[in-house]
Amino acid sequence: MKRLLKPIKDVGIVGYGAYIPMYRIKDEEIGRVWGANGFPIQEKSVPGIDEDAATIAIEAARNALKRAKINPQEIRAIWTGTESKPYAVKPTSTIVAQAIGATPDLDAADFEFACKAGTEAVQTAIGFVGSRMAKYAMAIGVDTAQGRPGDHLEFTAAAGGAAYIIGEKSDETVAYFEGSYSYVTDTPDFWRRQHEHYPRHGNRFTGEPAYFRHVINAAKGLMEELGYTPNDFDYAVFHQPNVKFPLTAAKILGFPMEKVKPGLLSGIIGNTYAGATLVGISAVLDIAKPGERILWVSFGSGAGSDAFSIVVQDAIEEKRDLAPKTWDYINRKKYIDYALYAKHRRKYII
Amino acid sequence: MRKVAIIGVGAIPVGEHWGTSLRDMAVEALLNAMDDAGVDKVDSLYVGNMASGSFVEQENLGTLIADFAGLGHIPAVKIEAACASGGAAVQEGFKAVASGLDDIVAVVGVEKMTDAWPTDATRYLAYASDAEYELFNGASFVALNALVMRLYMKEFGATEEDFAHFAVNAHKNGANNPYAMFKKVIKVETALRSPYIADPLKLFDASSVCDGAAAVILAPLDKAKEFTDTPIEIAGIGRAVDTINLANRRELLRLRATIEASRRAYKMAGVEPKDIDVIEVHDAFTIMAAMALEDLGFVPKGQGAKVASEGQIAVDGDYPIQTMGGLKARGHPVGATGVYQTVEAVWQLRIDAGKNQVPDPEIALTQNIGGTGSNITVNILRRV
Repeated sequence: MKRLLKPIKDVGIVGYGAYIPMYRIKDEEIGRVWGANGFPIQEKSVPGIDEDAATIAIEAARNALKRAKINPQEIRAIWTGTESKPYAVKPTSTIVAQAIGATPDLDAADFEFACKAGTEAVQTAIGFVGSRMAKYAMAIGVDTAQGRPGDHLEFTAAAGGAAYIIGEKSDETVAYFEGSYSYVTDTPDFWRRQHEHYPRHGNRFTGEPAYFRHVINAAKGLMEELGYTPNDFDYAVFHQPNVKFPLTAAKILGFPMEKVKPGLLSGIIGNTYAGATLVGISAVLDIAKPGERILWVSFGSGAGSDAFSIVVQDAIEEKRDLAPKTWDYINRKKYIDYALYAKHRRKYII
Repeated sequence: MRKVAIIGVGAIPVGEHWGTSLRDMAVEALLNAMDDAGVDKVDSLYVGNMASGSFVEQENLGTLIADFAGLGHIPAVKIEAACASGGAAVQEGFKAVASGLDDIVAVVGVEKMTDAWPTDATRYLAYASDAEYELFNGASFVALNALVMRLYMKEFGATEEDFAHFAVNAHKNGANNPYAMFKKVIKVETALRSPYIADPLKLFDASSVCDGAAAVILAPLDKAKEFTDTPIEIAGIGRAVDTINLANRRELLRLRATIEASRRAYKMAGVEPKDIDVIEVHDAFTIMAAMALEDLGFVPKGQGAKVASEGQIAVDGDYPIQTMGGLKARGHPVGATGVYQTVEAVWQLRIDAGKNQVPDPEIALTQNIGGTGSNITVNILRRV
C-alpha cells in the first residue's frame, strides 16, 4: 500500500520564522531546588510574564511574513498546533490572524496532538495548498510547556515556536516538500486530562514504545517510500524532548552527529513541545545551502510522528536575512533563578 | 511430615512489562518451571501476590492462573502476606507436599505494578502498613524505612556511605543476571549522588516498582530424583509476624519477626547461621538488608552496614547477599519477590549461577519481608 503523502501540486515554504523567549533557567538551578542531579539538558527557555502561546505564535508569524514578502490577506488558513492554548475554548489562531492582519477571509483553528500538533498543522497546510484550495496557508507550532514542579518534565519543558507559510512550489519558496508520512497508534505515554494543570507521563514508557517506535517507523517509512537512505540527507531534525532521545534515534537510523546537531537545540532552549521540530528546522534553514535535503521527524505523545523530506531552494539565500534568525533568539538570553521562574510560570498560587 | 524438594524453577526477567498482562507473565513463569521439572500437570497451585486487586483490578488469581495455564480443576489459591507473599506461598506449597495431601505442587509469585500511576503504586503498597495509624497519616513505606534508617545511623554511627555499599553490591551482581531489571554496575558515588526520597533514604537505597513472575515446582524429596538429578530440599521454613504498626514496637532496630521466623527455620533444618552459604535478604531498602544480616544471626547488632562497607557481602565474601542482584537490582515485583529469591537460591545450589556463583554452596537462606518487618518468612534450602 502506498503510504507517502503527496499533494497533486508541489508545495513549499514561502516564509518561516521562529521566536524564543529571552529568559533562561539552568537545569542546575532547578536541581538545586529539588535535590536532583544528572540533568537531561543544560538550560531551557522561560516565557516572560506577559508571554503566552499566542504572543509567541504572533512573533513567529510576523517573522515568517517578513520572509514570505506576501500580503497577509492572501493567507487562507492559519493553524496553530499547541498544548498550551491560552484559552481552553477559543482559538489561538484567530488571535494570530487578527494580529498579523490576515482576517477575516480565512480559516483558523488550533490543533492538538501533544508535541506533534505543529507538524499536524504543516501536513494540513500542505493539503490545503497542494489541492489549490488556497494560495497560502500558515502552520504554527508553539508551546509554553508546563512541567509539574519537581517532575522530570520540569527540567525540559520550555517555551518557543515557529511559523511556516506554505505556498505552491516556485522561485519564491525557500524549500519544497518531496513528500511526507504519518505514523500513529494509540499509545498512552503522556497526557493531560480535562481540568488538570500539569501533564502526566509514563516515565520510561515514554521512550521505547512511544518516542522511538514512532520516530523510527515514521523516518523509515518516509525514506522507504522515497527510496532514500540517510546518505541522501544533509540534515536531520528529530523531535527533541531532551538531547539523548534524538541522538539515539539518529544513531539507530544511521545519521551521523554532524547532520543532527545543527537542528538539535533542546540542550540550550529545552523542549518547546509542539514548536520543537519547527524551531529546529528554522535553525537549519538559517544555514542550509540550496539543493540540500532535510529530514524532519516530529513526535507527539498519544502517539505519532510526522516525517517530511524537504529540499532547500535558491530563494533561501535572499530570504533568510529578512527576519531575526533562530540563533539570534538563542543568544539573546537572561538567566533567572527558580524564584523568578516560578513567578513567570505562575507556580505561586496567591 | 514428608521431606520436600524443589524439582523445577522458572521465571521471566523482571522489568517494565508494558505489553504483557499479569496472567501472561504468571503463566510463562509457571510453564518455564514445569518444563524445568519435566511435568505437564500439578496437583495444586499456590499464587503469591500482594496487591493485584489494586494494581490491575484482578483478584481470584488462583483461578485465573490455573485456568490460563490449562491446569484443569485443581485446587488453586492466592496467598497474601504483603511483600512476603512469595515466601509465604512457597511455604504453603511446602505444607501441601509435606502433609502428604499433594505430590506435585506449583508455586508462582507474580506482581504487575507498572500499570499503576507511581503515586497510586506507593499508596497500594502502603495498604500493607497500619492503614488507620500510618497510611492515613501519610507514612508510606519509604518514610517508615527512612525513620528506621535515621535511628540506626544515630544509634550505631553508620553513614549513608555504608548503606550505599548494599546498592553497589546489588548492581554488581544484577549485571550478570539475565533476569535482573538493572544490569548497570554503579559506584558508591552514584548511589550517594542520587536524590533523597525521604532523608536519609535516597533513590539508590530503594528498590523499584516493576513487574515480574517466578515459579517453583515442589515434590516429595523421596520422589524428586524421578524428575531431576539436582533436587534442592526445602530443609526448613519459618514465619512470624510483629506489630503491624512500627510505633508499637518495643525495639525499632530489631525485627522480632525475622528473629522468630529464622529461629523456626534453623531449628527445622537443623542448621545455624554459620552453616549458611548463600543469603538472599529482603533489601527493599538498604536499611532492611543491614538489619537482616543482624537479626538472622550473621553479625552482631549494629554491624550490618559495616560489613557491607567492608566488602563482606560480595559473592566471594563471608556473607554473600543479593547474589543475583537482590531486590535493588534484580527488582522487587512485590508478591513475586519471595519466589524469585527461591529460584535464585536454587540456581546457586545447583551451581547454575554463572558469574555470580558462590563457591560450592550447600545451604541457602531466603528472607522475605512484608510490611515494615511485620510479616516475615525465612526459608532454608539445601543441596541434596
